[in-house]
Amino acid sequence: MHEMSIAEGIVQVLEDQAKAQCYTRVKTVWLEIGPLAMIETEALSFCFEAVTRDTLAEGAVLNIIKIKGEAFCMQCLKNVPITERYDSCVDCGSYQLQVVQGDEMRIKELEVE
Amino acid sequence: MCTVCGCSEGDVKIEGPAHEHAHPHADESEQMIVQQGDDLDFGQGPAHAHVAGMSQSRMVQIEQDILGKNDRYAGLNRARFEAQSIFALNLVSSPGSGKTTLLTETIQQIKGDRHVAVIEGDQQTANDAERIRETGVPAIQVNTGKGCHLDAHMVGHALDNLTAFQGGILFIENVGNLVCPAAFDLGEAHKVAILSVTEGEDKPLKYPDMFYAADLMVLNKTDLLPYLDFDVDKCIAYAKQVNPSIEVIQLSAKSGEGMAVWVEWLEHKRQAMIKQRIDALETEINQFKALL
Ligand SMILES: Nc1nc2c(ncn2[C@@H]2O[C@H](COP(=O)(O)OP(=O)(O)O)[C@@H](O)[C@H]2O)c(=O)[nH]1
Ligand SMILES: [Mg+2]
Ligand SMILES: [Zn+2]
Ligand SMILES: [Zn+2]
Ligand SMILES: [Zn+2]
Ligand SMILES: [Zn+2]
Repeated sequence: MHEMSIAEGIVQVLEDQAKAQCYTRVKTVWLEIGPLAMIETEALSFCFEAVTRDTLAEGAVLNIIKIKGEAFCMQCLKNVPITERYDSCVDCGSYQLQVVQGDEMRIKELEVE
Repeated sequence: MCTVCGCSEGDVKIEGPAHEHAHPHADESEQMIVQQGDDLDFGQGPAHAHVAGMSQSRMVQIEQDILGKNDRYAGLNRARFEAQSIFALNLVSSPGSGKTTLLTETIQQIKGDRHVAVIEGDQQTANDAERIRETGVPAIQVNTGKGCHLDAHMVGHALDNLTAFQGGILFIENVGNLVCPAAFDLGEAHKVAILSVTEGEDKPLKYPDMFYAADLMVLNKTDLLPYLDFDVDKCIAYAKQVNPSIEVIQLSAKSGEGMAVWVEWLEHKRQAMIKQRIDALETEINQFKALL
């Protein structure tokens, strides 16, 4: 299950950062997730709760900030909104789109002790 | 993974001698970089001014990619491939689309000309690595246990267990799964998505990320087309809808039809990689010459 490995990835970053950032407990995590990141946010929250058990992030709250998808249209020569990889340009219908934003999977901020 | 250094990830098993640390671990080279105005401060951790004994909630901005660690390992693998001029491909597909068959057939055709090695990813069993070894080329099986994809760290350890094969081709057969292998860079030159005509022609739309990440789609089992109502043109149109620059090769690993085109693609891309490297080195040499 994909969300499980992503949740494990998050815990790994939290553990790796603990020493450098001088914290022993994580209370809240803010993630930025784009619509093209292949992540089911509900499944991720569920997995996160499971994998944080007995770690420095046990019981931590997971907040997910959804980012908008955006692509550059080669025909219109401007950025247009998208929600899927296979979307066409909302203005001209072209599929010649270059994704510029929306595949993010980033830990943005933490509340720690 | 390894009980030695604790870079363990559940029940991953890699064939070969006990864990030796030939591959560098991404973390060891990791440095804290702090930006203060225009200054970059290397090697200093921020937020070290906390008062001992005082437990206080505070916010830290870390802006870390969740897959950042994988990407660092992938970078290390890529550097190793570059140093040894190894052309590496990451083969992804649903289970049963014919990855291992395509590999054994390909190896039979090219092993006389070129060093070939294979890293086989499966959740369980070493069956596929054995099928590859029967062709006479080295293969390392990685069992991911519960894991549904190979990651760059596993591939680094598998590389440690392959004897050097300068200038050769490395095939990495990923775990059969069209979802998350798309997100995990292994350091390869290209991802190749294999789709068999016994699957639906709308697979590229159902799993767009994989076809977006791939540079080539191999449409396999074309020998079965007469018995199916698989619409090849529609399938290719769907793939191009997701990824306008994806290349497509139709073949049958069983009958051999189309195999020559694939073998030619391999050699063409391998040479393109070497030429790119030569160009980069020539530019560098010219920069040095300009200093004389
Ligand atoms: N008819 C036909 N069968 C194939 C072809 N390629 C593979 N197969 C069969 O498909 C099944 C799965 O193949 P395998 O290589 O193990 O798939 P993998 O799971 O992707 O590695 C096996 O029974 C193969 O014999 C092909 O081109 N034509
Ligand atoms: Mg296989
Ligand atoms: Zn447009
Ligand atoms: Zn190790
Ligand atoms: Zn390791
Ligand atoms: Zn996976």
